[in-house]
Amino acid sequence: MDRMLTINIFRYNPQDPDSKPHMESFYIDETESMTLFIALNRIREEQDPSLQFDFCCRAGICGQCGMVINGRPNLACKTKTKDLPSQITLLPLPFFKLIGDLSVDTGTWFREMNTHIESWIHTSKEFDPEAEEERMDNELAEQIYELDRCVECGCCLAACGTARMREDFLGAVALNRIARFILDPRDEREEKDYFEIIGNDQGIFGCMGLLGCEDVCPKNLPLQDQLGFLRRKMGFFALKDLKRGKKKTC
Amino acid sequence: MVETIYTDLLCLGAGLAGERVAIEAAGAGFDVICLSLVHSKRSHSSAAQGGMQAALGNSVMGEGDSPDVHFLDTVKGSDWGCDQEVARMFVDTAPIVMRELAHWGVPWNRVVGGKGFYYKGGQKYEKFEDPAKEGLITSRNFGGTAKWRTCYTSDGTGHAVLYTMDNRATQMGVQVHDRVEAISMIHDGEHCQGVVARCLKTGKLRVYLAKATLVATGGYGRIYKNTTNAVICEGGGQSIALDTGVVSLGNMEAIQFHPTGIVPTDILVTEGCRGDGGTLLDKNEDRFMPDYEPEKAELASRDVVSRRMIEHIRKGFGVKNPYGDDHLWLDIRHLGEAHIRTKLREVDEICQNFLGIDPLHQLIPVRPTHHYSMGGVRTNKHGAAYGLKGLFAAGEAACWDLHGFNRLGGNSLAETVVAGKIIGAKVVEYLQGATATFKTAVIDERLKKDQARIDTLIHGGGKENVYELRNMMQDALMKGVGIFRNEKDLDQAVKTLQEVHARTANLGLKSNGLGANPELALALKLPGMVRMALCVAYGALERRESRGCHAREDYPARNDRDWLVRTLATWEEGADLPTLRYEPATPSFELPPGERGYGGGKIISADDKEA
Repeated sequence: MDRMLTINIFRYNPQDPDSKPHMESFYIDETESMTLFIALNRIREEQDPSLQFDFCCRAGICGQCGMVINGRPNLACKTKTKDLPSQITLLPLPFFKLIGDLSVDTGTWFREMNTHIESWIHTSKEFDPEAEEERMDNELAEQIYELDRCVECGCCLAACGTARMREDFLGAVALNRIARFILDPRDEREEKDYFEIIGNDQGIFGCMGLLGCEDVCPKNLPLQDQLGFLRRKMGFFALKDLKRGKKKTC
Repeated sequence: MVETIYTDLLCLGAGLAGERVAIEAAGAGFDVICLSLVHSKRSHSSAAQGGMQAALGNSVMGEGDSPDVHFLDTVKGSDWGCDQEVARMFVDTAPIVMRELAHWGVPWNRVVGGKGFYYKGGQKYEKFEDPAKEGLITSRNFGGTAKWRTCYTSDGTGHAVLYTMDNRATQMGVQVHDRVEAISMIHDGEHCQGVVARCLKTGKLRVYLAKATLVATGGYGRIYKNTTNAVICEGGGQSIALDTGVVSLGNMEAIQFHPTGIVPTDILVTEGCRGDGGTLLDKNEDRFMPDYEPEKAELASRDVVSRRMIEHIRKGFGVKNPYGDDHLWLDIRHLGEAHIRTKLREVDEICQNFLGIDPLHQLIPVRPTHHYSMGGVRTNKHGAAYGLKGLFAAGEAACWDLHGFNRLGGNSLAETVVAGKIIGAKVVEYLQGATATFKTAVIDERLKKDQARIDTLIHGGGKENVYELRNMMQDALMKGVGIFRNEKDLDQAVKTLQEVHARTANLGLKSNGLGANPELALALKLPGMVRMALCVAYGALERRESRGCHAREDYPARNDRDWLVRTLATWEEGADLPTLRYEPATPSFELPPGERGYGGGKIISADDKEA
């Protein structure tokens, strides 16, 4: 304790014609158990009420407060200041559209992504309110939940080399989501259906394997395993498809 | 030029309740737009860890469960404050809705046949699950229930269900306009016609016109300083409904405190901790709950456990800490690594990330903290709001009224989806018969008023500080309208809140207010929040009895003779207090008022003669 923290924050309000992108320093006394949630709120309430940043659950559950903290994308609510040096630099997540200061528009991107990959169970079965639920092995349910734990915070995209180069990259978040549906027996989509969505440079073949996504994932999801699994699965499918195509033309 | 958007159904809120209603309407072919303060998958529904109650009775400890037993638990839990017709509909529909969620993709935990173990009160017990039930949706134990009834997905139930629901909504073509905040309701005194909203990306105003409007904005916990609620839980929907002057808020004084908020940040650790066998310890590391509640111990209902904790702290058994109020300990060490790191992983992460402790080896500092609001927009059993046609409410934002004066753990998350389905069907019926006429004069006047409010805040030279007044409101409620209440403190809280309310008329911004300015966002809603706070405090002052979570030190008995009623609060323009009226708690009694079986306390029967 007893530290004076210097928090350097990216400032820009696109809705204010006089605003220019710049860094601004704020000074704040560190207190016990201080997180960036506490620090940023204090700065806003005591020093600059125009400061824009996003928190929602403030408990590491909802994924709202992704930002670049001393060069590393992470959730600000669960970042304790005692784990940081006294000079802290905060930048908005790259890749997403800036709303102002540290606030970015993740909602629009994620909704489009989920629509694009049709992130729901595809089934021909009708729900029967009278019938017993379809059974599922508990271990499988737990495996599905393991991948379902993603909070769509956007940190994986902010840390992704490919996402920096191509705006249409779906990123680890989408690939992880696909892996979740492949695992789920309720989803009747076949390999070719998934291949149509991710069997390209927007999807599985765009990944450069730099591992940034897994390094920064605040939920510690096994993102690289899923990338590997999908790449192999889709690669085999592509080969099989190629062979099938050749046979047809012969 | 203000953008105007038309739709059939406008849902304020895109959490579980809002989206479940939206899905029902979209399924019937109607256009639906949900407004959300955040990306819909961040709605506070996502934070619910524990689970959803539904009497499926698949697990061995749930054997013999039925909607009837669920009904008994719910009515007792409510301390007979709930609408029993609603409770009956809810318990009957809940199992169907859980199965429907499984069909849509929720990875519910399932029954594993054969021998297994569980903990109760720190002791390990053996159980044997019927192999014939293997693979069906299983359940865990929660406070205040006779059977294990809570369906769950590890301790990320809210997350898993919200993601499934949002995906389903996307599939059904429901539009979500995120980062949009409704700032007033458009109505002509008879019909609700939509809202004026502010875009939280650009700061621009927008008009949304709809045949039907649904308030599903969750709780309003942020009127209190210490709360488990997300920062967006400011009661936006309820407050603009109250400001119409004709819509009633029901039972606003019914505020639930959760026994296990962590100290100092008030983040919730799930009731599942106690359900799975965690115990509460005092400063001597002695278990005290069995002394107060021999039967249910840690698993008595939340209001009871919270009060017992405060009683025990008042006797001097609390642990001192640097944050002021004493706390107690939650002990889950004996549950073991496999259980803590998987079934209670969110708890594990919260301990590690926010407290820097390892719950495998260390005790968790906890104290009761504000958690849930039983009150909200008063609706009939079909979800239609009192006061305006075309206005509906569902979920925590509503006083439907499933929970009465205390809700049981696992009943709120279940309520969001069960009420969503039931009310969704009623909204569809309404839409099928509805033709809307939008009166431009009403819309223009509303818009002018809101624009004027914004102009005054930016340019009016007001001197009052937004954050200072918000803190005053929060402190007044913490101090005067907490777990134990009395005439003197409640009276003081009301007076302070009236002063804060008067001062909000002179709010001024320190910043320029341009774009998605957060100071302006708070300034626009603060007066409404203070009015809601007054409904809470004044309602509590007037209710001279103890019922469920509402514990009056000066009126310790539950008084069915005079107070088996629901408080209805409305706000007349220019008033400095709400107008309170009362209605019977339930139109019919399937279960006549009786003892809850826990919590002690005297009851003044409805049959008792006047004292």
